Amino acid sequence: MEDFRRNLRVFLAFFTPSFGWLALFFLAPLVIIFLYSVGETVSLTEVKTTWTFANYARLTEPEIVTLFIRSLWLAGISTVICLLVGYPVALVIATAPPKWKPWLLLIVILPFWTNLLIRTYALLNILGTRGRVNDLFEWIWVQADGALRFVGLGEYQLLGEEYEPIVFLGRWSGVIIGLVYVHLPFTVLPIYAALERLERSYLEASLDLGAGQWRTFRSILLPMTMVGVITAAIITFIPMLGSYLTPALLGRGQVDMIANVIERQFKGANDWPFGAAMSLFLLYVTFIILALQAIAAMRRSRLRGREHG
Amino acid sequence: MARRRRQRPGPFDYSRKLSLQMVFVLATIFLYAPIIVLIIFSFNDSRRGGNVIWRGFTTDYYVKAANNASLIEAFTNSLTIAVISTIFSVILGAITAVVLWRWRFPLKPGFEGLVALPIVIPEICLGVAVAVFFSYFGLYVPPGTPWPFNLTNIIIAHITFSFPFAAMVIRTRLQSFNREMEEAAKDLGATEFQVFRDVILPHLKPGLIAGGLLAFTLSLDDFVITFFTSGPDTVTFPVKVYSMVRFSVTPEINAASTVLILITLVLTAIAMRYQSFGDDRQ
Repeated sequence: MEDFRRNLRVFLAFFTPSFGWLALFFLAPLVIIFLYSVGETVSLTEVKTTWTFANYARLTEPEIVTLFIRSLWLAGISTVICLLVGYPVALVIATAPPKWKPWLLLIVILPFWTNLLIRTYALLNILGTRGRVNDLFEWIWVQADGALRFVGLGEYQLLGEEYEPIVFLGRWSGVIIGLVYVHLPFTVLPIYAALERLERSYLEASLDLGAGQWRTFRSILLPMTMVGVITAAIITFIPMLGSYLTPALLGRGQVDMIANVIERQFKGANDWPFGAAMSLFLLYVTFIILALQAIAAMRRSRLRGREHG
Repeated sequence: MARRRRQRPGPFDYSRKLSLQMVFVLATIFLYAPIIVLIIFSFNDSRRGGNVIWRGFTTDYYVKAANNASLIEAFTNSLTIAVISTIFSVILGAITAVVLWRWRFPLKPGFEGLVALPIVIPEICLGVAVAVFFSYFGLYVPPGTPWPFNLTNIIIAHITFSFPFAAMVIRTRLQSFNREMEEAAKDLGATEFQVFRDVILPHLKPGLIAGGLLAFTLSLDDFVITFFTSGPDTVTFPVKVYSMVRFSVTPEINAASTVLILITLVLTAIAMRYQSFGDDRQ
């Protein structure tokens, strides 16, 4: 690397367009929504910056607090499901024979390249009360009912009189399924990367010393890939928290998350200052999560340095 | 020998465990079943509720989608935006990658963070911010602006969120560049520009293609940011499908979606080709 002063003209020729674009179309917009978030609506299209704190104070209204808790909860539980499914999936890919690996990886990544709206719409189609998922469950129900009849338990109607379709759309369950569906590839990749970097001889040592597979997983494999798991959790959780499309389509307007309410401030309610305050709050939450991760990473590397030093 | 190994899995033999294989298979079904059902039902011969009962094979809805002028316009808009924003994203991304790779300068970690920021902040925040920015400065493209200039707002927004991704991909590629090549070229009398054009750029090619494909997909995929920056006359494919889904579900959407999935598959195949091509040359 060279010092920027040595070739200042060349440096500026590269630096200016890059920084300029970000300053104009990224930083300036953020500054403006900050100014809006401390402003008041004076007419239909005009917002005046009055340095008021009222918009932020409104974030403590019970309705908004409930909304934030619901969003955190939905994103949290979906992240946990993603990790529980993503870890075994990553493990299978990382330990597969080398010639299979790229293909297994492709299976997981391919949906990520497919349009988000199309994927959500595809899910919307099969999750309806007359959709394919309920068809499948009904088939299973009929088989189970038949089996009960066969063993002579038919007249008790243990499974109910007839199959009752499960409602997913407009419920938490539908939104959680959608969030997991959309973000699962994000979860698998960092865990897979951590498993690839892993020194495999530790596992061998553990098994040689008599620990079982489960014990080896719990006390060697999982702790050693924890960094990957945390990264996976964060890059799954952050976009989930700001999801708009999944709750809008699968929640049918009955399971709103933060982004849906932000959108309404701009497109329907026309309360731009409040919408600005809400989106900045979401931004702050994101920064706090990232900062915590950075601090934890720093502490870990310092600990490691001490071990070696 | 083989049987003995199956009885007791070795240290890193998790892929042989049946329970783990089951999770993998179920996850794959979960990821693909909705898309496959969508594709199958795009051929369903049913007027209403086309996604509920199978009524025989037809390609009518492809013809209908192809004759739906507003759908085709949205499709064309999406592709145009994706192509233009990809070109700009690759150029800006390459420039940014070179800045981060080549120079030491004050507040560099700050600049690095700034470049990464559009990647990590929630889409909705960026969408709101850019939309408010345009309206604040009255930068909305006046109605009646000829195509493709009426898409300027959306293109600017797309470049802003996709060039940092391209920069990351290109930067990774740059790290494998041998700087002695650059010095050799300079010793032989090449100017800064010649070094960039004839030495650095050819090395970067696979990175540029990978970054470009990523930018293209991100642009084609984006709904939220476009939703905020688009006007009533500038509808993109995802925005159009969203409004169609909200009003009614028609097999036309399935047909149009299937076409887009096909485009994505072809692009992914190209991306993989180029990636392995790049590896061969290393």
